[in-house]
Amino acid sequence: LDYFLNEQQQTIKGLARRIAEERILPIRAELDEKEEFPRDIVKDLADADMFRVFIPEEYEGLGGGCLELCLVVEELSRVCSAVAVSYAASALGCMTLMEYGSDEQKQKYLPDIASGKKLGAFAVTESTAGSDIGNIKTTAEKVDGGYLLNGTKQFITNGGEAELYTVIVLTDKTKGARGASAIIVEKDTPGFTFGKKEKKMGIRASATRELVFKNCLVPEENLLGRPGLGFIQALRLFDRSRPGIGAQAVGLAQGALEAAVDYAEQRVQFDQQIITMQAIQHMLADMAIQTEAARALVYAAARHVDSGAKNVTEESAMSKVFASDTAMKVTTDAVQICGGTGYMRDFPVEKMMRDAKILQIYEGTNQVLRNTIAINLRKRKARTA
Amino acid sequence: MNIVVCLKQVPGTTEVKIDPQTNTLIRQGIENIINPFDTYAIEEGVRLREQHGGKVTVITMGPPQAEAALREAISLGADEAVLLSDAAFAGADTWATAYTLSRAVAKLEPFDLIICGRQTIDGDTGQVGPELAEMLDIPFVAYVSQIEEINGKTIRIRRMVEEGHEVMETTLPAVITVVKEINVPRLPSLRGITRSKSATIPTWGIQELGVAKDMVGLAGSSTQVIKVFFPQRVCQAEILEGDTVQQVDSLIEKLRGASLL
Repeated sequence: LDYFLNEQQQTIKGLARRIAEERILPIRAELDEKEEFPRDIVKDLADADMFRVFIPEEYEGLGGGCLELCLVVEELSRVCSAVAVSYAASALGCMTLMEYGSDEQKQKYLPDIASGKKLGAFAVTESTAGSDIGNIKTTAEKVDGGYLLNGTKQFITNGGEAELYTVIVLTDKTKGARGASAIIVEKDTPGFTFGKKEKKMGIRASATRELVFKNCLVPEENLLGRPGLGFIQALRLFDRSRPGIGAQAVGLAQGALEAAVDYAEQRVQFDQQIITMQAIQHMLADMAIQTEAARALVYAAARHVDSGAKNVTEESAMSKVFASDTAMKVTTDAVQICGGTGYMRDFPVEKMMRDAKILQIYEGTNQVLRNTIAINLRKRKARTA
Repeated sequence: MNIVVCLKQVPGTTEVKIDPQTNTLIRQGIENIINPFDTYAIEEGVRLREQHGGKVTVITMGPPQAEAALREAISLGADEAVLLSDAAFAGADTWATAYTLSRAVAKLEPFDLIICGRQTIDGDTGQVGPELAEMLDIPFVAYVSQIEEINGKTIRIRRMVEEGHEVMETTLPAVITVVKEINVPRLPSLRGITRSKSATIPTWGIQELGVAKDMVGLAGSSTQVIKVFFPQRVCQAEILEGDTVQQVDSLIEKLRGASLL
């Protein structure tokens, strides 16, 4: 389908695909096996200006929006979802800064993110606060010279690898979620260390770690926006980042579909290529339909975000839910079509199926997001009643 | 540093087909690419610029569509490009090509270093680099695998030889040809692609270069390709039977029979 991408968007997508095929494909199995953070690939992405895509031009970026980011993430994920999420997490780590930061704050941090010299990360999740993100316990006590951070963030993508962390903390714990704030913490700040590196089912080359704050003094000027806005800032951030997870899912589904078609075409059973069998054909056709439908919804949601629409919660949640459910189904079917071979770790669809599962979980579980969509349906009904 | 990189646009395949009627290359349906060895030359030029400052100018001689190769070089980091294109340049052999390039390089003075790929994948002669140095009357080093140091007006390089490498030092300006061991060429960057699309690339012909018509192209060539053909492969193989002793015996017998022993 033609999505009417402009020239720059086509260039971005084309170059991202080239990097994925020339640089990532040869080492993706090894990265997965060794659970090794893809530093060389991050360097390649930086050299190709990929981290500039989502940064405004005045901060040395290319001024792209959600759709441009989605195009890169999709192409990277088509080959390796772990690389894609490492890239996307850097965007996630500076989106709150881009939206709420002062010019001074942006000037200080964004050019280094744009050049890829520094990676970003976003941290809200804690052991007591997953879907229930209002239940965070990490505190930031106002003291002379800044905020004193104490607490532990969990499952943080790019943890340990990023230099710039946007952390949601309680600046006023008496107010609960209304006492939350977003603050930038730089790596190597005294009192800020990293906990264990998680061993994951999929996206294994990406870094997932705990952030541990023990009397970590962060300058007051690192606070993003007003204190007390943190919860709203986090919700707004995810409203704008979820199409990116959708794009990750679309890329993954596309990669699995292509691998399944390749295999079905060369695999011969009962003296015929299995792609000539209707049972296989219908599975492949369904995979193609679902993948394309997910792509259309993700691009549409991304464009909706880029249009500056005030409320994008529903559309962005829909794109994430639909695309990630699609990726899970398509990768599972890809393994099914590839049979015993597909189940083996020498073959890429096995990794793709493992990589897909997280998409239904992170940045809002698909169950929580369905709640969100349903709440909006009820609200609209109540308004028109 | 003022660096000039010479490159050539070539058919993007090693399996060239020859039209049996006309004995010429069939170029239809084959995508053109930058000669792979030249991509290492571009990368080395860009790296030297990043270290020492200055600029990288890429030049190529070819038909108007060779401009695409120059634009690609800009997307890979080159600063400027010049296309040498003129109907009179057509049919040039390595001598006429090197002459044309040398006139263009002279126009780009002052320069410190000229980098070429070791050879092209279509012509495969490896002659243009050395001829160019000869015509410019400056030092030349072939098969460079590493630039160890550039110190003011001298350059220390490592070059590949049959069984190992040589380290040489020479004065600048100089011409070097590079091998693929020298670096890993980068991919284009988004800003590079944007720049390459809007870059102005001048075309220099015989007028701009101030060269005589009979010095360039087919007229200026001292060699001519009369015929291109696939060699007839005559291959008769015979597998000797039996154990080693029997095989050796029958081999000796056969060689004697053919009066080779």
